[in-house]
Amino acid sequence: MDNRRIKTGASVTTRRVIAYIVLVLITFLCLFWFYILFVNATRSHSDMSRGFTLIPGGNALANWDSLMHSSQPVLLGMRNSLIISLSAAVLTTYFSTMTAYAIHAYEFKIRNAMFTFILAVMMIPTQVVALGFIRLMGKMNLMDTYIPLIIPAIAAPATFFYMKQYMESTLPMALLEAARIDGSGEFRTFNSIVLPLMKPAIAVQAIFAFVANWNNYFTPALVLTTDKKKTLPILIAQLRSADFLKFDMGQVYMMIAFSIFPVILVYLILSKHIVGGVAVGAVKG
Amino acid sequence: MEGASKKRGSSNVVKYNKWGYIFLLPFIIVYGTFQLIPFVSTIYYSFFENYRSGLKQIGPNFIGLENYHSLLSNADIWKYTENTFVMWILGFIPQIVISLLLAAWFSDPSLRLKGQRFFKTVIYLPNLIMAAAFAMLFFTLFADSGPINAMLTSSGILAEPYKFLANTGSARALVGFMNFLMWFGNTTILLLAGMMGIDISLYEAAEVDGATAGEIFWRITMPLLRPIFVFVLITSLIGGLQMFDVPQILTNGKGAPDRTTMTLIMFLNNHLFSKNYGMSGALSVILLIITGILSFAVYKFTTNQENYG
Repeated sequence: MDNRRIKTGASVTTRRVIAYIVLVLITFLCLFWFYILFVNATRSHSDMSRGFTLIPGGNALANWDSLMHSSQPVLLGMRNSLIISLSAAVLTTYFSTMTAYAIHAYEFKIRNAMFTFILAVMMIPTQVVALGFIRLMGKMNLMDTYIPLIIPAIAAPATFFYMKQYMESTLPMALLEAARIDGSGEFRTFNSIVLPLMKPAIAVQAIFAFVANWNNYFTPALVLTTDKKKTLPILIAQLRSADFLKFDMGQVYMMIAFSIFPVILVYLILSKHIVGGVAVGAVKG
Repeated sequence: MEGASKKRGSSNVVKYNKWGYIFLLPFIIVYGTFQLIPFVSTIYYSFFENYRSGLKQIGPNFIGLENYHSLLSNADIWKYTENTFVMWILGFIPQIVISLLLAAWFSDPSLRLKGQRFFKTVIYLPNLIMAAAFAMLFFTLFADSGPINAMLTSSGILAEPYKFLANTGSARALVGFMNFLMWFGNTTILLLAGMMGIDISLYEAAEVDGATAGEIFWRITMPLLRPIFVFVLITSLIGGLQMFDVPQILTNGKGAPDRTTMTLIMFLNNHLFSKNYGMSGALSVILLIITGILSFAVYKFTTNQENYG
C-alpha cells in the first residue's frame, strides 16, 4: 500500500527510471543461470572444484569430447528428439489446420457439436489419461516405438483452436467459392489455397509444437525403454539418477548446455514470431 | 438479394458438406484411438484391483470404489495435494505480481519504454527451456558444493554451504522459483495483450481528470482486465496440478526432503511405474474431476465474456 502511494505521486521520469531498474534486474534473473551454465560448461572438473568464477574457461572442447565418449548416447538422444519433434510438429500443424478448415468452411450436421466437443476436451491433461494410453499402447504392441509419441499429434485441440481463430480473420469464404467455380477440388483447394494463406499461423504453431515435444519428459519416459531410442529429457533424468559425485562436472554441464542451447539459438532467431504468436492466441480472452 | 445468395449458398453446402466429414476424419480417428479410448479405460481400470506384489500379479478383480476409498483415506494424497498447492502458490504469487507490473509498464504510453522487444524476448526465454534440463541445471547450481554455495561462502554471506535440497522450505522455494521463472514471461504477454485491448480514450479521459498512474491502474486497468486475469489464474492452477518435470528431476523422483516436494503427478508416475493400475486409475480420475471443474470455470467465464462484447 505504501509503495503504491509513493508510486502514484511519482513523476514520469522517476517511474521510467524505476521501470528500467526493475527490468534490468529481471533480465539478470532470467539470464544469470544460463550464463553460469555457459561458464561451467567451458571449465574442467578440477578447475571448478577450486572455486567459482564468472570468466569462461578453455576446457569446452575437452568437455565436449568426454561427453561424446560418455556412457550416455547423447548424439542419438538428440537425433531421436529431433525425429519425434519434427514429425509431431508437421503432423500437428497440417491436420489441425485441416480440422479447423472442416469446421470453418462446411456446414454439416455435427459441426457445432464437434466444435463444442473439441473445446470441452482442450484442457484435459495428457498425464491424466496416461494409464489408459500406456496400457492401450501395450496391447497394440506399440510400446518402445515412436508411434505413440508422434501419431497422437494429429489430434491437438489447442492447435486446432488457434487455427480456427486465425481462419476466422484471414480466410474469406468468397475465395473458396471462387476456387470451386474454377473447378478446383476440395482437397486441392485446401492444399494449394488454404495452407499457403495459413502460413504465419502454421509457423507459430509448428515452433510451439516442436518445442513442446522437444521438452516433453512424462510420456516418452513411460513409453521408451531401449537406451538407443531415448530422447534427451530422459537422458537428463538418467544423469540425475546416476551417482552424481562420480561424474566429471564439466561433462555434466556440457550435457545440460547441449540440450538447452540449441533451443535458445532457434528462439533468438525466431523470437519475433514466437512472442507475437503467444499474444495472438490471447487476444480472444 | 441477400436472401437469394443465402439460398444458393445452402444448396452448395449440401453438395460439399460431405467434405466436412472427410476433413474431420483424421482428427476423429486419432482422437478416438489415442485419447478417448484411454480416457474411458482409465476410468474403467479405477474400479479394479490390479497390481504387482513382488513377482505375483494381483487381480484384475472388480472392487467397485475400494481404490478411491483407500486412496482418499490414506494421508499421502492429502500431503501431495498440499505440496503441489504450496509450490504452485510459491510460483504464482511472484509471477502474477511481476507480470502485472511489467504488463502495466509495457502498455503505458506515457512511459514510452525503449527496448521492449528485447525485454519481452528475454522474459519469455525460460518458458521454452526444457524443464528437465532446467531442473538438472538448478540441481547442479544449488548442490552443496555447487557454484551458488561457493559464491555465498566466498563472499562471506554464509559461513558454510546451505543444503538447499535438504530443507523443505528451500527445496519448495526452489521449485516455486523455477515455476515462476518459466511462466512469468508467458503471463506478462497474456496480460499485456489484455491491457492493449483496453480503449485508450478511457486512459486519456482519466489523465485529463488528473488521475495518477496508480489510480488508473487500480480503477481502470484492473476491473477491465478481470476476465483475462481469471483466465490466467485458472489455467495456471490447471498447469500447477500437472507439475511434474521440475520436482521430479530436481529430487530424482523422491520428493526430497521427506516427500515434501512430491506432487500429485509424481505420485501418479510412481504408481504407473510400479504397475499399480487400480490406484493410478483412481488417482487419474480424481485429477480428471478437479481439472474438469476448473476447465468448466474457464469455459463458462470466456463464453460469458463473449456474450458481453
